Amino acid sequence: MTMFEYAPAPESRSIVDIRPSYGLFVDGEFADGTGTPFTTVNPATEEVLSEVATGSDEDVDRAVRAARRAFVKTWGPMRPADRGKYLFRIARLLQERAREFAVLETLDNGKPIRESRDVDVPLAAAHFFYHAGWADKLEHAGLGPAPRPLGVAGQVIPWNFPLLMLAWKVAPALATGNTVVLKPAETTPLTALLFAEICQQADLPPGVVNIVTGAGETGRAVISHPDVDKVAFTGSTEVGRAIARAVAGTEKRLTLELGGKAANIVFDDAPIDQAVEGIVRGIFFNQGHVCCAGSRLLVQESVHDDVVASLQRRIGTLRVGDPMDKNTDLGAINSAEQLARIRELTAYGETEGATCWQPEGDLPDRGFWFKPTVFTDVSPAHRIARDEVFGPVLSVMTFRTPDEAVAKANNSTYGLSAGVWSEKGSRILKITDQLRAGVVWANTFNELDPTSPFGGYKQSGYGREGGRQGLAAYLRSDS
Amino acid sequence: MTHVLDPNALADTSGGAGTPPDPFADVTRSNDAFRAFLHGLPGVDQVGAEARAKVLGTRSIKTTAKAWAIDTAISMVDLTTLEGSDTPGKVRSLAAKARRPDPTDPSCPAVAAVCVYGDLAGVAKEALAGTGINVAAVATAFPSGRASREVKLADVRDAVANGADEIDMVIDRGAFLTGRYLDVFEEIVAVKEACGPAHLKVILETGELVTLDAVRRASWLAMLAGGDFIKTSTGKVSPAATLPVCLVMLEAVRDFRAATGRQVGVKPAGGIRTTKDAVKHLVLINETVGTDWLSPDWFRFGASSLLNDLLLQRQKLRTGHYSGPDHVSVD
Amino acid sequence: MSDRLTVRKTYKLYLGGAFPRSESGRTYEVHDTKGHFLANAAWASRKDGRDAVVAARGAFGKWSGATAYNRGQVLYRVAEVMEGRAAQFTEEVAAGEGLSTAKARAAVDAAIDRWVWYAGWTDKLAAVLGSTNPVAGPYFGFSVPEPTGVVAVLAPQRSSLLGLVSVLAPVLAAGNTAVVVSSKERPLPAITLGEVLATSDVPGGVVNLLTGDAAEIGPWLAEHADVDAIDLAGAPAPLAMELERSAAGTIKRVLRAPAEEPDWSADPGLSRLRPFLETKSVWHPIGV
Repeated sequence: MTMFEYAPAPESRSIVDIRPSYGLFVDGEFADGTGTPFTTVNPATEEVLSEVATGSDEDVDRAVRAARRAFVKTWGPMRPADRGKYLFRIARLLQERAREFAVLETLDNGKPIRESRDVDVPLAAAHFFYHAGWADKLEHAGLGPAPRPLGVAGQVIPWNFPLLMLAWKVAPALATGNTVVLKPAETTPLTALLFAEICQQADLPPGVVNIVTGAGETGRAVISHPDVDKVAFTGSTEVGRAIARAVAGTEKRLTLELGGKAANIVFDDAPIDQAVEGIVRGIFFNQGHVCCAGSRLLVQESVHDDVVASLQRRIGTLRVGDPMDKNTDLGAINSAEQLARIRELTAYGETEGATCWQPEGDLPDRGFWFKPTVFTDVSPAHRIARDEVFGPVLSVMTFRTPDEAVAKANNSTYGLSAGVWSEKGSRILKITDQLRAGVVWANTFNELDPTSPFGGYKQSGYGREGGRQGLAAYLRSDS
Repeated sequence: MTHVLDPNALADTSGGAGTPPDPFADVTRSNDAFRAFLHGLPGVDQVGAEARAKVLGTRSIKTTAKAWAIDTAISMVDLTTLEGSDTPGKVRSLAAKARRPDPTDPSCPAVAAVCVYGDLAGVAKEALAGTGINVAAVATAFPSGRASREVKLADVRDAVANGADEIDMVIDRGAFLTGRYLDVFEEIVAVKEACGPAHLKVILETGELVTLDAVRRASWLAMLAGGDFIKTSTGKVSPAATLPVCLVMLEAVRDFRAATGRQVGVKPAGGIRTTKDAVKHLVLINETVGTDWLSPDWFRFGASSLLNDLLLQRQKLRTGHYSGPDHVSVD
Repeated sequence: MSDRLTVRKTYKLYLGGAFPRSESGRTYEVHDTKGHFLANAAWASRKDGRDAVVAARGAFGKWSGATAYNRGQVLYRVAEVMEGRAAQFTEEVAAGEGLSTAKARAAVDAAIDRWVWYAGWTDKLAAVLGSTNPVAGPYFGFSVPEPTGVVAVLAPQRSSLLGLVSVLAPVLAAGNTAVVVSSKERPLPAITLGEVLATSDVPGGVVNLLTGDAAEIGPWLAEHADVDAIDLAGAPAPLAMELERSAAGTIKRVLRAPAEEPDWSADPGLSRLRPFLETKSVWHPIGV
């Protein structure tokens, strides 16, 4: 044997006990929903994992009333330091049960266990830990001497980082004294329901966190409930528009974290090996199901061929397959629906004249899969250069001068994130300044941290999550 | 698995001594030109390189893959003793270990080489006669390299005359760090010439070069000068071999072969003590330069205590239970 | 009383640094609170709105790219020039809003002071709203506030100068450029303000003042894909809701109007700066 074949290294799923069915988590208890239940499947195998309740309008109403009661009676009046302690408890419980969450996330979402284990779950815990500390320091947040909570927050989150997005929503809401009705995505409800158990273990007062599962109708009920004071949504720009319309004319406060089509700019003086890693991380992290994914590679013409060759060689080493295998780099596409969308947009790429490249190798027979894909010869007019694919598909374009790079990078209706690679400090700062994007990674990509505000420019949304700036979304300020 | 080194594996196909292979033949025309070339290599972002090495370090190598990796790692060991207290007896004992690392298991592969000071190369040569295991000798005023070129070359010739198949030289870090790249280059060329038929490993002493940019430049310098291997460290300076350093050196040999057609080996040395460390390096090779380097002809571990840990892990895999230090020999 | 016949002012739009008439050729009569004719004002059309957006977008790069110190000096200059024109503003405010000269003068003074206040903010925003982010890794992380872009401002209907300055100045202080629809009934101070801006080193196109009806131009601005944000201060409730809905189509930042037009003399804090600022977070590795 001269090849180094890695033997299968599957993470054990026995650590997690998936129940055959789940109810809604309302007022501190699990309860049946009154809507028609739905199933959630493992996208890597199409195996049905569990049946989950659908929250109807009445269920949502019950949840909002529970949240209101908790806001008025327990959570709102509570000493801020004690609110913080509950959040610290939750952070610790997430750390203690990290492996369980990682396994469940990978089963329900299809992402590689390496990522759920090393990124999603630790970051979720970090978000609670970070915000816990804010609970009794809000007067120092720069929002005036006595910022006040808004009340009940209705939160709707996507399927790409189910637990992490929950943390991004719930942690700041609770730290600032609000209570929550959260709707997880219908394809990935399970870690949110496991999180409900964490709330119980933490003795969080009933009604502070309510989790109502279901599809779009349930989400609509949450955001349009008249007693919801604050709406927070992460998801597609299309749904974001509908939510903004629904909230118009009300007193509800709104933050939106929507789509992206980030430019990742590689100058000829870049640290090429690290840039190639950054490109890979930028577009293939989490199968490209990342709103801030670096899906448009802008590479200086003089190094285009070298970069593309290195990139293809590197992509050839990506391990695509069983998400539960600890050595897997690229897992399953989250749903048949998303796979269809990726296929549709990549088909456009080919008909529009771009050159499609995929590495050798087979994909599993069952489940939803898409190979890492690179399009070269892409023109800025192509749909794959403009539309968010939300999959492992990279569009490569070139530029000649810094001005051209910036112009092309900013030529998008989105403005969530961007990347720039160069060893020249002053250039980094100039380009960073000129990019119209909410997060700019220089010589790195897709790094996230609770202390770093995250959110978009333009049609990528408004409001920030994380950092001191993120607190503003959940507080009423007198100044 | 017993590995016999391919005598032609390291055949030098470049032009005359002192001339870098095409397309780099003219980069050493002056120190300024050489400096421009080396500083024109793409930079290395330390954080990115470390992050990449760290992710590769999380690979889970189990069962059959682990068994393969352990045997491969054993076959790549340059079993080393480089102490002032070394004696012929110690070297002979090491040679015995090199031939049959695990006396209880004849299926255990032999190591690649025994690495000693030049004065003991003859003892090692005799003890390893007919085994296919090479004798490597450190030379050029190892480990500091602080001696005149005449003394260094004499050191090399002496080691070769004593029977060394491989010479592990140190570069002049002082010259490198002050930008006298051509001096370093010419010294390597001279040592290579003094080696005659012996293969040359060029120790960069990356712990003294400090930055990964310098590691990349030194790697290219050594390869252009005709080194058959580039080696991280003497083992006398900390930090010695680290995964990010090895990653950058692997990228260098990969890019060098792509540009010149000439393959150069890599040898991390010092600080690699556990099977886990060794396996991480094999993963690094596998996913950076590919399987072409997964052979003792192209990759070595400069180590002493590593071998025993590999043997303990090997016994564990074979027997299914954990072994203990008394089940491997103290050398 | 002098028997000299006064030279009256023709009130036009202020657009791209120039004072054109409405492209539609329309004007409307402006009266004081007692119904006396004051002047004819240009009646801006949707096409004037469109042109104003083009001008504002064109000016954005230079204005947002100017140093904060420079923007602060320019805004301070606006206050200086206004001070010299205080009598004229007072007369227009008194007539338009039906205030005594003293009260009108107080409103003008407050408006001037508001420019001074915001002039001082330009180079403090980054320090107050930005941050360095102690991320858990070898990266230097920082966040800076940056202007949102082109902001459509529907100016308050009642407070024709202080209200106008109170909504416009923060937009500019944050580094945005503006398309402003003035109070419909009380448009004259807006155009006089335009004359001040034109002589105060505010680059052309940074502020574009349209006199006319927010209900007519507002919807076009709310739907305009090249407008990044909209301030609904001067939109009555039903219109405000319609505009907010329209703005959703392009994910505009919307600053809602309170039910009643507020007392503009109150300290605004950061409440009118935050809505028109984005936060950009930057990461860079720390290594050797």
